[in-house]
Amino acid sequence: MSAEFLAALRSRFPQAVDRASADHPAVNVPLAEVGAVLKFLRDEQAFDLLMDVTAIDWAEGANPRFTVVYHLLSTTRAGSYIRVAAPCGGMDEAPVAPSVTGLWPGANWHERECYDMFGIRFEGHPDLRRILMWDGYPYHPLRKEFPLAGIETALPGADVAEETGTQVVAAPMAGGPFVASSGEMNLSEAEPRAKDESWSDRVAQPGQTPLRQVKE
Amino acid sequence: MVSASTDYGYDSKVEGGVIVSRADAAINWIRTNSMWPMPMGLACCAIELMAVGGARFDIARFGAEVMRFSPRQSDCMIVAGTVTYKMAPQVRRIYDQMAAPKWVIAMGACASSGGMYRSYATLQGVDRIVPVDVYVSGCPPRPEALLDALMKLQAKVRREPAARRLLSA
Repeated sequence: MSAEFLAALRSRFPQAVDRASADHPAVNVPLAEVGAVLKFLRDEQAFDLLMDVTAIDWAEGANPRFTVVYHLLSTTRAGSYIRVAAPCGGMDEAPVAPSVTGLWPGANWHERECYDMFGIRFEGHPDLRRILMWDGYPYHPLRKEFPLAGIETALPGADVAEETGTQVVAAPMAGGPFVASSGEMNLSEAEPRAKDESWSDRVAQPGQTPLRQVKE
Repeated sequence: MVSASTDYGYDSKVEGGVIVSRADAAINWIRTNSMWPMPMGLACCAIELMAVGGARFDIARFGAEVMRFSPRQSDCMIVAGTVTYKMAPQVRRIYDQMAAPKWVIAMGACASSGGMYRSYATLQGVDRIVPVDVYVSGCPPRPEALLDALMKLQAKVRREPAARRLLSA
């Protein structure tokens, strides 16, 4: 079943090579071909539903650093699911990929999220703005170099920032991230909790700004 | 508090109908028993907040059943849920739009401290943008805990120098 569309894809696009996958069929294609491959899969192989557009950050200095990944599902042919990955062109800091909003309008928000989190610019996207973080946020949080706790920056809304004297701070990880102990039968022990409780909201981590309280 | 006075203003026509009190007591009595909440429901705590409004827990027993979705008509903002940095300016603006006197209850772990969201996207406690009167622990808190917070807030309001603030404003 899966072999049919894979064989058709390979005969049409010899550049597509198999990609290691634990579940669904997956292929690697060059970035220049990805638009044509996706159009072929949609129009001739009945992959009518774009499930997800996401990306992988392979770490700083890797080449290519970013890979965009498309997940496709066929609603008319049972069990047809394929993952298409394409290494991003462009520099480390400004990766680019073609937009597929022309093929699936639903790609719009997926690509906006991908841009927001990884900073991948989708060329041809009608409205490439951030979707989760606010406009003007200077970072792309899912990049490898970005710490989970965040980086100090200005609060959205300059008037509120000035009025409250508050800014975006690196969150006190307090020994976190919070980890669940899976397999623990005592449920209160299994709850997500910080493993290191030596510092907290009140006891600042060495070298980090303590949380500022609101100006009265 | 409010007490009947029999030796003041003796007059057979109004005897027993005169009550002497402090202005603070009267003002605070009025304020405590009709504290209209501004439901700032941002996450799962809002579901518990709805339960508090329902018949089983019935926040109406405390005079706070009139949930107002206009900040102009509300007295007490109940921040129920995770406040992201993106949402924070809006929360502050709604607080600014409320008419004084106004109070804030931080409901649940996220509103109080950021909770388990130690991340780049989450405000680490709503007290960083608005002054909080009562914090409620829990994730989410039980409805009874919110009622307890409301009662604590009422106790706090009863002690406020309301008349002095009104005159100095």
